[in-house]
Amino acid sequence: LFLASSSNKYAVSHSLFVCSQQKELMSKKRDEFEDILEERRLSSDLRYAMKCYTPVIYKGLSPCKPNAIKSAVLQSEQVQYVIKQLAKEMGESPDIIQEEATEILDEMGHSMQLGAVRFFAFTLSKIFKQLFQRVCVNEEGMQRLQHAIQEHPVVLLPSHRSYVDFLMLSYLLYTYDLALPVIAAGIDFLGMKIVGELLRRAGAFFMRRSFGGNRLYWAVFAEYVKTMLRSGYAPIEFFLEGTRSRTAKTLTPKFGLLSIVMEPFFKREVFDTYLVPISISYERILEESLYAYELLGVPKPKESTSGLLKARRILSDNFGTIHIYVGQPVSLRTLASGRINRCPYNLVPRHLPQKPSEDIQEFVSDVAYKMELLQIENMVLSPWVLVAAVLLQNLPAMDFELLIEKTLWLKGLTQTFGGFIEWPDNLCAKKAVVSGLTLHSNIARLVDGHVVLNDKGVEDGAVGEIVFKRALAILMCATYRNQLLNVFVRPSLVAVALQMTRSFRKEEVYSCFSFLRDVFSDEFIFFPGISLKDFEEGCFLLTKCDAIQTSQQEIYPTDKGSVIVSFLSTMFRPFVEGYQLIFRYLSKETKEVFTEKQFIPGVRNFVFQLLEKGNTQCYEALSSDMQKNALAALVQLGYNHGKLSWQLMALSYSLMPLFRKLIG
Amino acid sequence: MKWNGWGYNDSKFIFNKKGQAEFTGKRYRLGGMVLPTFKEWIEKTFGASLEHKTTSRASLNVNDVPPSIVNEEFLQDLRATKISYSQDAEDRVFRAHGHCLHEIFVLREGMFKRIPDIVVWPVCHEDVVKIVELACKHNLCIIPFGGGTSVSSALECPEEEKRTIVSLDTSQMLAESGFCTGHEPDSMEFSSLGGWVATRASGMKKNIYGNIEDLVIHIKMVTPRGIVEKNCQVPRMSTGPDIHHFIMGSEGTLGVVTEVTIKIRPVPEYQKYGSVVFPNFERGVACLREVAKQRCAPASIRLVDNAQFQFGIDIIQGFLSLQFKGFDPNILCVATLLFEGDREKVLQHEKQVYDIATKFGGLAAGEDNGQRGYMLTFVIAYLRDLGLDYYVIGESFETSVPWDRVLDLCRNVKERIVRECKEKGVQFAPLSTCRVTQTYDAGACVYFYFAFNYRGISDPIHVYEQIEVMYVRTVVKGEGAKLMSHNILGKLRKRWMKESISDVGLGMLRSVKEYVDPNNIFGNKNLL
Repeated sequence: LFLASSSNKYAVSHSLFVCSQQKELMSKKRDEFEDILEERRLSSDLRYAMKCYTPVIYKGLSPCKPNAIKSAVLQSEQVQYVIKQLAKEMGESPDIIQEEATEILDEMGHSMQLGAVRFFAFTLSKIFKQLFQRVCVNEEGMQRLQHAIQEHPVVLLPSHRSYVDFLMLSYLLYTYDLALPVIAAGIDFLGMKIVGELLRRAGAFFMRRSFGGNRLYWAVFAEYVKTMLRSGYAPIEFFLEGTRSRTAKTLTPKFGLLSIVMEPFFKREVFDTYLVPISISYERILEESLYAYELLGVPKPKESTSGLLKARRILSDNFGTIHIYVGQPVSLRTLASGRINRCPYNLVPRHLPQKPSEDIQEFVSDVAYKMELLQIENMVLSPWVLVAAVLLQNLPAMDFELLIEKTLWLKGLTQTFGGFIEWPDNLCAKKAVVSGLTLHSNIARLVDGHVVLNDKGVEDGAVGEIVFKRALAILMCATYRNQLLNVFVRPSLVAVALQMTRSFRKEEVYSCFSFLRDVFSDEFIFFPGISLKDFEEGCFLLTKCDAIQTSQQEIYPTDKGSVIVSFLSTMFRPFVEGYQLIFRYLSKETKEVFTEKQFIPGVRNFVFQLLEKGNTQCYEALSSDMQKNALAALVQLGYNHGKLSWQLMALSYSLMPLFRKLIG
Repeated sequence: MKWNGWGYNDSKFIFNKKGQAEFTGKRYRLGGMVLPTFKEWIEKTFGASLEHKTTSRASLNVNDVPPSIVNEEFLQDLRATKISYSQDAEDRVFRAHGHCLHEIFVLREGMFKRIPDIVVWPVCHEDVVKIVELACKHNLCIIPFGGGTSVSSALECPEEEKRTIVSLDTSQMLAESGFCTGHEPDSMEFSSLGGWVATRASGMKKNIYGNIEDLVIHIKMVTPRGIVEKNCQVPRMSTGPDIHHFIMGSEGTLGVVTEVTIKIRPVPEYQKYGSVVFPNFERGVACLREVAKQRCAPASIRLVDNAQFQFGIDIIQGFLSLQFKGFDPNILCVATLLFEGDREKVLQHEKQVYDIATKFGGLAAGEDNGQRGYMLTFVIAYLRDLGLDYYVIGESFETSVPWDRVLDLCRNVKERIVRECKEKGVQFAPLSTCRVTQTYDAGACVYFYFAFNYRGISDPIHVYEQIEVMYVRTVVKGEGAKLMSHNILGKLRKRWMKESISDVGLGMLRSVKEYVDPNNIFGNKNLL
């Protein structure tokens, strides 16, 4: 089925092959980093917090108070229209609904105050110095941002790995005398006493987790965001991923907020809008163990102030270096030129809510993926990421010297693939590995010249407990390897496809690649609809590191390439195996309708039992992230093939042989 | 009339011996007035310098003019009709162009590739009928000519036209009426009634008198197929779509308008100018919108942005000598007003408008300022000729736009012009300014003025045209605005027609053309 349908596509666009990938990948030049904590360690934090702060702002800004924004939103034609509509439909007085809208606004709105900002500047200086060795920023990026902020409304799109992200970003903008952003935060923060209000004063505004059905909420929220954007009140910051990635792997983007911030441009209320991808990489993630527990089904603790206070013991721990790379601001106008016909917006008064056309939706989705790919491109990879990737392929124990050798080898490969490794020139491999091990001593340690995972207490517990502890250690370690995956995914899926098809015919390899790309579409970030281009890129990278040779019709692994090909496919094996297990579970599922809440514990138990019996070694299949992604991919595939979602079981069953072939 | 610029020969801007600007002639109120700060303004705004002067040819070089090729049989027939005609080079060149920037540029520096071969001056309807018949008989191309004030290349002869081109000049057909039509386009002194009809013209005082489509009662047009007219002069008909609407805006592609019956009004007893200063453009637009909503717009109400206000100050010193408390002179903007009617009503009306203005933070700024503002309208076309002497080229664009988009449109277009100039290598930031010039129930009409110093650019017209295309694209595609609310499409912007009115809409117009003029006698290639 899959092979047949995609081979046609391949034939059609074959001529595109071997096109301009090279240039794109070779010309990546990145900025230098500066450590902003260095200055903090030398001078007074208090003076820093009280410094004269006259930020660079948008040139067209007419300054206004947070409350003025709220009343402008409330009085706007957009919100008033929805209020009147709802009043008519519900037979209520508009005043009551207006009241409701006011409450929503009060719950949502930020109330940025310089005092709170200074408070944060002071306390965060103290905390960051305690937690991190260095906070490195590309200063050129900050300069570009400074220009952008003056020119057009700016939307900051950072990656999301930790709560530290938005604190750090505001801290950074304060340090560089740039306008502080207003930040879309989850409403759950408001559950935290004092802290919630403090964040509000530092510029956070709060959105409910889901409000699709609530028209009033949607109208008020959208108008609130757009009003701030249009007036250039402050840069708007939100996370495309929607939530913190528990796996350190970029999550597939959410489109809602992005389409809201793009709308003023579509309606020509602003001349242009800058989208700024920002990559924040942590050498060690603050929440790493919390995430691992969560993925294994131990629920995440609710945000609470007391929880925060308890967490302060982490202050004595060391979390290494943070790298923040502020990417090139991307002009929405440039992205849209020649692509978006804004005429449909001409025929409707602008205050009427208008569902975006399919074209627009597709465009928003493309932009979202593009921004995430830009984030990924500039994520800094620490040596430890390489160590983790090597280690996971050599469990339970690996010879220390071999680990060093392999790490160094992987460093070269990663750089060939365009990965951004922060590895000082004079740092020898041994030191790099040792320092990684020291920083992550909770994950792995050196015992008798061998590196082993730190799954303490494994020997003496019950079987179940051993599996759980081991799973924890592996998931934590995987969090670091995962940072490599989006850089490696294209060549690796070619490698996997090569092994799977056992054929050299390019067409067949491509079909298989394309199938894998579809299956893993929620697991890794692929720009929509360019399967062939991704395949070409994968092949190109493999050729570049001499792993394969290609001709018009065929792909051959080279003799020395087998090491690379096998490393790459092993790297993705947990996903291939994990998906197989999940599909196996699904194909046995007898219920016609089930919810995600039922599915996750079910599949978890299923995998857990297999692990206990020793029938599989795929600990990563326990990750709820993978389980959800596999289900989502299956739903999508089922949808693509015109099947109803309750026939997923049948579909997953039909996929099994393919996957079995993969594992060989 | 000038052969290579706007208007009368005796009226123009010059720099006198002291290096001060002066407007010559006695036709305008500005005539003979010295404008001491004007030089400074032109230097400050464009980085232009009086030392760097371009040289236009002093007179037309007859040898450059393409020869007149007219079939002798046609000439014989034409002579028989006793209609006066000319094959003289100057007469032909004068009717080969309108007043687009690039046309004037060609006049100053080069020559048109194709111009009319012969000019004819019919004096009555019957003359026109005869000429059209002859054209059909000899297969000639007719291009009707009114006042020659077109700004859309409508009068340019299609280069590929192989037939003899007859320029049919109707300007002498306009008799002195002595009545008031109330229709006052900015080009009023020079344009013609037939031209107004054929171009769907708009007038400054349309708030009282209406645009041409509201004024016209009856039209007679000579077409190759015959004469088209209604059989009555009633105020309204419901006999299918109004055929007048095929004629108005047909831009000389269907025939020649020979007779127009138009509403006339008594000359207004009383006229009063006025002006209001607003703290910013936003408030000004909001006020105009409210005025439109209450349907109490005076004969004319216009809002100029800050750049144009500055220009007003600099060009005519004393304009707005008042100090406005709390208004930032770099943000404020001015509305100019013109009331017409009987005295009592005017005063009443005036109060109503000023009351609304007060609600939007406006302050009355006196009659003089208002009157000067309107005076500028009539001389601004002369200003371009002066600019051309000093490497400054400029043009105006106009558009109409729904109320909710006025502000965004103004900001975006101005920004786009500045940006585009920068990208195209224009060294000095351009003048990019706008004026909300008409109010309607559903929106407003906006004029943009744009000028830049082209020293250092090898092909300024090309740069200008790129910016123009950009402008049109911005407007048509994005802003929800419409091109040409008041001006016509001509050839300059006809490629946007399809997007504006859809394929079927275009097809409807084409089928009318095919029926009325199957051999394309009226071959100026406008519109379609």
